[in-house]
Amino acid sequence: MTAPEASARFGEPVLTARGVSIEYEVDPPVQAVRDVTLTLHRGEILGLAGESGCGKTTLAYGLNRLLKPPALQTSGEIVFHDRDGDDIDVVSLSDERLRAFRWSKVSMVFQGAMNSLNPVLNVRAQLDDVLRTHRPGMKKAERLARSRELLELVGVDPDRISSFPHELSGGMRQRVMIAMALALDPQVMIMDEPTTALDVVVQRGIIREIMRLRERLGFAVIFITHDLPLLIEISDRIAVMLRGEIVELGTAESVYRDPQHEYTKRLLSSFPSLRGDRGGFLRGTGANQEVAS
Amino acid sequence: MSATIMPSADATGEARAQGQGGSLEARNLVKDFRLRSGLKVSMLHAVKDISFTVEAGRTIALVGESGSGKSTIARMLAKLEAPSSGGVFIDGAPSGSRGRALERYRSEVQMVFQDPFASLNPFHSISHHLERPIRLHHPGLGRAEVASRVEELLERVQLEPATRYLERRPHELSGGQRQRVAIARALAPGARFIIADEPVSMLDVSIRLGVLNLLAELQREAQLGVLYITHDLATARHFSDEILVMYRGDIVERGPADEVILNPQHEYTMRLLEAAADPERHGALRDEVRRAE
Repeated sequence: MTAPEASARFGEPVLTARGVSIEYEVDPPVQAVRDVTLTLHRGEILGLAGESGCGKTTLAYGLNRLLKPPALQTSGEIVFHDRDGDDIDVVSLSDERLRAFRWSKVSMVFQGAMNSLNPVLNVRAQLDDVLRTHRPGMKKAERLARSRELLELVGVDPDRISSFPHELSGGMRQRVMIAMALALDPQVMIMDEPTTALDVVVQRGIIREIMRLRERLGFAVIFITHDLPLLIEISDRIAVMLRGEIVELGTAESVYRDPQHEYTKRLLSSFPSLRGDRGGFLRGTGANQEVAS
Repeated sequence: MSATIMPSADATGEARAQGQGGSLEARNLVKDFRLRSGLKVSMLHAVKDISFTVEAGRTIALVGESGSGKSTIARMLAKLEAPSSGGVFIDGAPSGSRGRALERYRSEVQMVFQDPFASLNPFHSISHHLERPIRLHHPGLGRAEVASRVEELLERVQLEPATRYLERRPHELSGGQRQRVAIARALAPGARFIIADEPVSMLDVSIRLGVLNLLAELQREAQLGVLYITHDLATARHFSDEILVMYRGDIVERGPADEVILNPQHEYTMRLLEAAADPERHGALRDEVRRAE
């Protein structure tokens, strides 16, 4: 698919952030996110790339108003454009409305999913908890049916619903996390390093699942990782973050073929090519040096 | 024990100049673990009859997923784990597993661990980390000689000027700097073989290549034999001469690095390669799942 086609397909925005700055109020204060402006379109996968400490996780938490002191959003507006046409000003939501907003409109898959399930509750109880809290009208049998349906959706045998987290493999736990994030049919999913701790083959399975679900359910994804090659492979657009700022934003293709910012170039060159030539990688030239000396 | 038992750095330097290679060989290594679950006892065959040789001046990559047995092999080579059968041979002779013989072996074969945050002692200064192996393996050296070796080691791993780092503690250094200290520490006893178990997977992407390049450079300079354990096929290809692919305790494919990556023969190698992120295939997965939906 070419770039204009992509923008036609992802025309309508679902989440808009304008001039967002987030500060950690410690001494001295740390500007974790600086003046970030970002539009997420319906059904789009937006990759957020950057290294540790660049503010990508802080930004993601900010978009969902999950910041905890000392982190504080100092400026900017975040607007969620609901499916039915309402615009929701995320920054000014009251506590009660925020609770209703979170997870049902924008859900998150957290970093380190191995540890973000409750170890003393089985999968059924944890899925049930989401539905009971946000869908008080649902009957017990309906919640169970929905929970099983969700597991099936993410490729986990529904009969594993009574399993505890430690009885599941890392990949299955991550799938359960995605099932929980899908429970309320959100329009945006923020995924913070969802596959980093997993083996490559398992990781590929999860990525495929996410892509498949996106096609079927039409949610937009903000996919956060430092793994730029992976982002280029799966994203529609990519934003590169450095020290709290978005230094480059473009389609995956343009970021890969024609990076503009020095830092993007450096990040790209940090990943030696799997199948291509050896490029500037030192060892290639080193062999010649050895012969010469 | 006197210093003369150990080949001093200069003596090994001479040996290298004379072109004496040396080798570290794993011969028919087997490792079984007993698993107990309730009253049942079962055997996990972590490593099944593995043989390979790391020659001086060459790098062998051991790739595979977690649980494939690659770290168990590293631990057996580092004598942190005793093999169930088979043995480790250095320069063709069986290696010692206790007493003097083990000490001698350890001065030849050293390990660099994955996590530079856990492998350095937060209580001790950088100079202490490097002094200790020098003193243990070369007890005859005077204070001034030890100090000058410490500085030389820091310069070899490009932590310059050395005096800036001597009195610092691990928490004052970045992950990359810490891993350089860990490499210096492995070189301190005068090691000829380095076992590097995922040495860069915990580091930020933009500094990974720097650390790998440093290892490659040291290897060339000192004709080290390196066993590079990783799950990253791209760096395995560029960084090593030979690749061994492990799957469930077996080596399923081995060969020259480019050959294994560009012309894989075993079905599992192909699966691993298929799962590795490749920016050249951007959009391919999206189109594939779109067709399937």
